[in-house]
Amino acid sequence: MSKKNSEYLINRKDNQYEVVIGLEVHAQVLSESKLFSTSATKFGAEPNTQVSLVDAAFPGMLPVINEFCVKQAIKTGIGLNAKINKRSVFDRKNYFYADLPQGYQISQFKDPIVGEGKVILDMPNGQKEVGIERLHLEQDAGKSIHDLDPQNTFVDLNRSGVALMEIVSKPDLRSPDEVNAYIKKLRSIMRYLGTCDGNMQEGSLRADVNVSVRQKGSKEFGTRCEIKNVNSIKFMQMAIEYEANRQVDLIEEGKTIDQETRLFDTKKNETRSMRSKEDAHDYRYFPDPDLLPLEISEKFIEELKNDIPELPDDKKKRFIEEFKLSSYEANILVSDIDTAKYFEEVVAKMGKNKDIKLAVNWITGELFAVLNSKSLEISQSPVSAKNFAILINLIKNGTISGKIAKTVFELMIDGDKDPQKIVEEKGLKQQSDPKALEALIDKIINDNREKAIEYKQGKEKLFGFFVGQAMKVSGGKANPQLINEILKKKL
Amino acid sequence: MSDITKQPLTELVENIKNKKLSSTEVTKAFIDRSEKSEKLNAYITNDFTSALDKSKKFDQKPNFNLKLPGIPMAVKDLFCTKNIKTTAGSKILNNFVPTYESTVTENIWNEGAILLGKLNCDEFAMGSSNETSFFGNVQSPIDKNLVPGGSSGGSASAVAGQLTPVTIGTDTGGSIRQPASFTGIVGLKPTYGSCSRYGIVAFASSLDQAGPMAQNVKDCALLHEVISSYDPKDSTSIDFKRGNYSKELTNNIKGKKIGIPKEYRVDGMPKEIEDLWQKGIQYIKDCGAETIDISLPNTSYALPTYYIVAPAEASSNLARYDGVKYGFRAEGENLIDMYEKTRSEGFGAEVQRRIMIGTYVLSSGYYDAYYLKAQKVRKLIKNDFDEAYKKVDAILTPSTPSSAFKMGEKTNDPVSMYLNDIFTVPVNLAGLPGISIPAGHDSKGYPLGLQIIGKAFDEQNILNIAYAMEEKINFKNKITDWWIK
Repeated sequence: MSKKNSEYLINRKDNQYEVVIGLEVHAQVLSESKLFSTSATKFGAEPNTQVSLVDAAFPGMLPVINEFCVKQAIKTGIGLNAKINKRSVFDRKNYFYADLPQGYQISQFKDPIVGEGKVILDMPNGQKEVGIERLHLEQDAGKSIHDLDPQNTFVDLNRSGVALMEIVSKPDLRSPDEVNAYIKKLRSIMRYLGTCDGNMQEGSLRADVNVSVRQKGSKEFGTRCEIKNVNSIKFMQMAIEYEANRQVDLIEEGKTIDQETRLFDTKKNETRSMRSKEDAHDYRYFPDPDLLPLEISEKFIEELKNDIPELPDDKKKRFIEEFKLSSYEANILVSDIDTAKYFEEVVAKMGKNKDIKLAVNWITGELFAVLNSKSLEISQSPVSAKNFAILINLIKNGTISGKIAKTVFELMIDGDKDPQKIVEEKGLKQQSDPKALEALIDKIINDNREKAIEYKQGKEKLFGFFVGQAMKVSGGKANPQLINEILKKKL
Repeated sequence: MSDITKQPLTELVENIKNKKLSSTEVTKAFIDRSEKSEKLNAYITNDFTSALDKSKKFDQKPNFNLKLPGIPMAVKDLFCTKNIKTTAGSKILNNFVPTYESTVTENIWNEGAILLGKLNCDEFAMGSSNETSFFGNVQSPIDKNLVPGGSSGGSASAVAGQLTPVTIGTDTGGSIRQPASFTGIVGLKPTYGSCSRYGIVAFASSLDQAGPMAQNVKDCALLHEVISSYDPKDSTSIDFKRGNYSKELTNNIKGKKIGIPKEYRVDGMPKEIEDLWQKGIQYIKDCGAETIDISLPNTSYALPTYYIVAPAEASSNLARYDGVKYGFRAEGENLIDMYEKTRSEGFGAEVQRRIMIGTYVLSSGYYDAYYLKAQKVRKLIKNDFDEAYKKVDAILTPSTPSSAFKMGEKTNDPVSMYLNDIFTVPVNLAGLPGISIPAGHDSKGYPLGLQIIGKAFDEQNILNIAYAMEEKINFKNKITDWWIK
């Protein structure tokens, strides 16, 4: 495998293979109630406590579309720079399973609510555009639980009827890294829009991955395999890597690839056949006669457009222009909406004489480290943006040194304390009086005569020793810049 | 007062309002007659005890402002009724008791009516003779071993046999109008979207409509007025201005233009049906209306279209009866085995036949040739009517191509059975209202019906035409009470 020029290729003898990947992402719509019923959608509720007669498919029960879910899908479509279809149709996808009460899933087949769009990925070697084929609304199924009883399967219908957006990409992705970036970008956009919480652990975001391989330079697509329902980015990447190599091996052996659906075994780190194309379900799609085609007016779409917040791409552009951030820094700050919010609040609280670069370094350095170690989201940060801004200002105006600031920061974590107060109470204010510092340095030189002579004879390394001594004697409070200046003069 | 059960609905309402009759007396009378009529097998489930309680409660605190004050009524067992077993005529729902009420029946109870029980019908409303019911055949009050028609066979039998003053049925391809025609009563299939489908066991969602069945047009108008309502719980319910159908009923149809479609003169149609139709045309003229020959060129495609669309939807609608959640379950080795056993044992032959037809026409590779094509033809049939209604106000046809037949006569010939619906299915495919009124008898003395088809939402107009014709026809149903010893 080589990653020359950041290209992900699989090498065998004289052949180089390119991997072609397309994703079908299932994103749970963030909504209080289900797509066609008024039951709640909260995660983790007691089994079968969020089930209406409609969700359980009782005789004579009828679906009624939840307008909020429609709005969420349209907003997501706008966020994906996609065409919103003014007329879309709900179809029935027919199959039997114990956790599918109706015996069919209401989905959109021929006429989805959202058409073609695109998302931009920031890859190390530049930007990459990934095409969106479509986004459609559909119902989730319930959950079969096989491990509670040796004989019986239990069914939990809480999830039955919950609204999902299936976002289908074009086969534009070429590496596990791009898949990683794509999923993160989708999640970021939907979290900005508030249309999906993107929580993969809770199953709010899952994906089917279509993988094929072809000789580098070939324009034809190879036969693809679909890997079903992979629920973490890491597993997606592992599954792709395994599957691509499996396919290349088959080609190298002169065998053909069967179009099939495969499952990824996370324990064995391999994909295995679930069903072949011949065994594929015939879902007998047809328009659901219980629902009229969904007609949306231009005005409805326009009103939703006015509701769209600044999205990551625009925010990034603005951060670069307004705050003179690098593309890299801006990316880190905008990728998660809560980080961006925190950052902007810090900027606002810092007031006029602000050091934005310093703030960015502190957010991505100290703050992220603390959040990581405590496994917290930035929205749960133990240090408020306001106090964080004060701390940065204290460094900027020379009240404390960067080193002292780290001590202050650690004290702030416990109960979001005001850094100003900590500095005052602990007497941590920086020593910036030149006369006092000169006296201090005179004493150090005196105490270390021999080293001072050595330094003068050319052992320049010892300069650091004197700085260290000065900081030590001052309890870390001495202004390092002044110490440097005075030492240079005195030595 | 004697012969309470012979009184039409509007008369009973008047008598209760004028305190000439109490709800208890009326309810008791219908219960007594129902109990004497077990031979008809019209009921699947009765709720007599609680009906009597309710009638007593009504009499203690009567509300005469209601449209159906203390009126007892049995309904087709396709309507879900709260805490009362609802079977749809099927073994698979033999033990099913809903915790909810259909909108249509809710509307009826809200106007003061009292449930007598649930009436027999073809399994999942699939049939034209009531012979597919898991609960056995329904006898027609007209003659022994004569089918009452279907699928609302129990409903037709109960009205014609005076076991209930009026009732509601459902009509997917003729299931109200054909049994009404066979038993000499009036049956209305409303415009699609007029009556809510919420809580009605679904057969074919794009065709199903609930509607009234009654002894006369006025009763039919009153009951329709009660059941028709806009319902947000049914996405196909239409929010249009509904009339006071009974109050606005008039026999003045002077100047109305009635279309006579030549395509309804089908091969092999008995002469007595043709004669009946001609008589109908004369009645129309006698009423001061005019008849105009029209053409509905795609009529011959209606039946094949219907027998693609309806089974397709049914195959999907009936997937929920899988033994997992409610209803009948046959235990199996594994999930698939349980499904197969449950559905093989739970559904009757006709239902299984339609599920298979429906599954076939929706299958990949056949979808375009069958389902998609049928949808296109359906549009053409609708266009035929639209075109005709540029020239006429309503259309007159026979209700059925023959009178009622004997039990078992068509059981082994499904195509001949399906032909019963030839005049009624185009109306469902086009979503239009249609009413069948009794118009004469055949040589055996069995009733024959005429159908008046209206424009969408124009129920008032066809009720008026039916009302005017009813007066001229002066039909008398020959009920001999043969089943009562």
